[in-house]
Amino acid sequence: MSVLLDTPASAPNLSRTPSLKTWVWPLIVLVVAFGLVPAFGTSYLFEGILLPFLALSLAGVGLNLLTGYAGQVSLGSAAFMAVGAFACFNFNLRVDGLPLFGSIILAGLTAAAVGLVFGLPSLRLRGFYLAVSTLAAQFFVQWALTKFSWFSNESASGVIDAPALTLFGFTFEGAVGRYYFALTIVTLLTFLAYRLVVSEVGRNFIAVRDNETAARIIGIPVLRTKLFAFAISSFIIGVAGVLWAFAYLRTVEPAGFNLDRSFQILFLIIIGGLATIRGAFYGAALIVVFPLILSRLGALVFGDLFDSGVLDMAQRIVLGALIILFLILEPDGLAALFARIREKIRGGFLRS
Amino acid sequence: MTGFDWLFFTEVLVGGLLSGVMYSLVAIGFVLIYKTSGVLNFAQGAMLLFAALTFVSLTERGINFPLAFVITFAIMVALGIAIERAVLRPLVNKPPITLFMATLGLSYVLEGAAQLVWGTQVHGLDLGIEDLPFDIGGVFISQFDIFAAAVALGLVVALSLFFRYTRIGLGFRAVADDQFAALAVGLKLNWIWASVWAAAGLVALVAGLLWGARSGVQFSLSLIVLKALPVLVLGGFDSILGAIVGGLLVGATEKLAEVYIGEYFGGGIESWFAYAVALVFLLIRPAGLFGQKLVERV
Repeated sequence: MSVLLDTPASAPNLSRTPSLKTWVWPLIVLVVAFGLVPAFGTSYLFEGILLPFLALSLAGVGLNLLTGYAGQVSLGSAAFMAVGAFACFNFNLRVDGLPLFGSIILAGLTAAAVGLVFGLPSLRLRGFYLAVSTLAAQFFVQWALTKFSWFSNESASGVIDAPALTLFGFTFEGAVGRYYFALTIVTLLTFLAYRLVVSEVGRNFIAVRDNETAARIIGIPVLRTKLFAFAISSFIIGVAGVLWAFAYLRTVEPAGFNLDRSFQILFLIIIGGLATIRGAFYGAALIVVFPLILSRLGALVFGDLFDSGVLDMAQRIVLGALIILFLILEPDGLAALFARIREKIRGGFLRS
Repeated sequence: MTGFDWLFFTEVLVGGLLSGVMYSLVAIGFVLIYKTSGVLNFAQGAMLLFAALTFVSLTERGINFPLAFVITFAIMVALGIAIERAVLRPLVNKPPITLFMATLGLSYVLEGAAQLVWGTQVHGLDLGIEDLPFDIGGVFISQFDIFAAAVALGLVVALSLFFRYTRIGLGFRAVADDQFAALAVGLKLNWIWASVWAAAGLVALVAGLLWGARSGVQFSLSLIVLKALPVLVLGGFDSILGAIVGGLLVGATEKLAEVYIGEYFGGGIESWFAYAVALVFLLIRPAGLFGQKLVERV
């Protein structure tokens, strides 16, 4: 088990300094996301698709740093989302005069600290054993948040309500406002994650993933690198939890951050592509949109037979089958698939 | 402080050990597959649900107990072969963690399929054994627990005999020992894998029936997998003996902790306590109690 995960064929070319061209597409996407989408989007598009998409994408980016780049499999992502959400709620509630921005950063740091604690086993454990031990985070956090009502300010069954979203004196209101709020944070953190991945730390992550012993020999501090991967990944996932709770759902309880959510985030990076930043976005888009498509399609084909119970089960089956299919047919995920399609199209143009 | 109530302690301990047997039963299914194919099969819980749900639905349609058992077993065998064909064979030689993720997907498919076909309502399952406590020297023990323990013991003995004295069993052991050598002497790896998944299906069926009789046949059966994982971590992924001892250990400590220290935490600690025990243990002995010591190489 020296190689934990397949080395993606599409591993970013790290030696190359990012040229202007690298930024063209992300910039176009950003211009569209900030400028065009709010002009045309309906409130359903924001509430039902874009907000969960943004929160899940960010969680995917965070998990991808840990699992895709540093090679440490975690099944406890939802726990770190929960820590982020509840920490932000409490900082905002209990510390007077702390702006929301400060609460979010502190929430991320809290999630990072918790991630660090649950990352400690990674110093001795690998592979499955580590994956199982991250499950401990999942159960412990959920239990603690439900059990001690202090975390939710003594509300019944641990439900928390989101405060007004005010950043730098500007309040984000309504679906579009919350969309801007989430988009701003996701953009910032994704940029940070990208810078991290192409930096020395990112290369250390990959070295540790591909061959721990070799990494140690060339002088990479393996233990520190692993712990840092847990911390930074949990930070980002924690902030994603804040977005999930505050921007998307507005009221949330600990049960919302259950094991299924953790799996969902793991699935989305497998589908999107491990060890790519954009993969998290592709994967999240698929995970958010496919149940909607499935329900429309099911209703169209089966009519009334396709009720919500059947839909639920059909979703599970299709999602599970998708995971298996991707692992078999496209282990590098949608990112690799799209890259190949792009190459094909380009090749076609050149020939004609 | 009043004297320590030993009788009560024993009762809790025995109750814990017996529920630990049920964990062991689930864990054995994992071990079978891990030993021969190096896959940590997360779908074991889903297989358990699938088997129990199929069985109950068959009996509810008026099929008698032995026939329903045989039919369900046949379905589990078919399932094992299908899984080998559709999932394992295309993923051969992939890193173990990829296979693990594939079984995650598989568990979603199985859970969905079982409930899509048989519905999501809770089914009662009566195995004809009453859950009456009886008295041994002042300690009350549930009759059903004893029965479950006996079945588990029988299953383990049967499996050991099977591994030791049959040709297929010998094949299993050969594959577990060294896959390439097994291939070299002409063992058909595909068949071995299919049959080991079928065997795990049988274990899932038995465990599913016992758990189902206990708590009703419903979706939560699938979550037993989460109880079995710390057992595996404790016992080592590749040891049947480890699965049994680990199960007993987890069952006993969990119950004792819940009774004696649970109140300091406000109760409900059984959701994570087993994991805490397993983690602490792992830090001391990373290969588990009986697991093979893995020398990590480059």
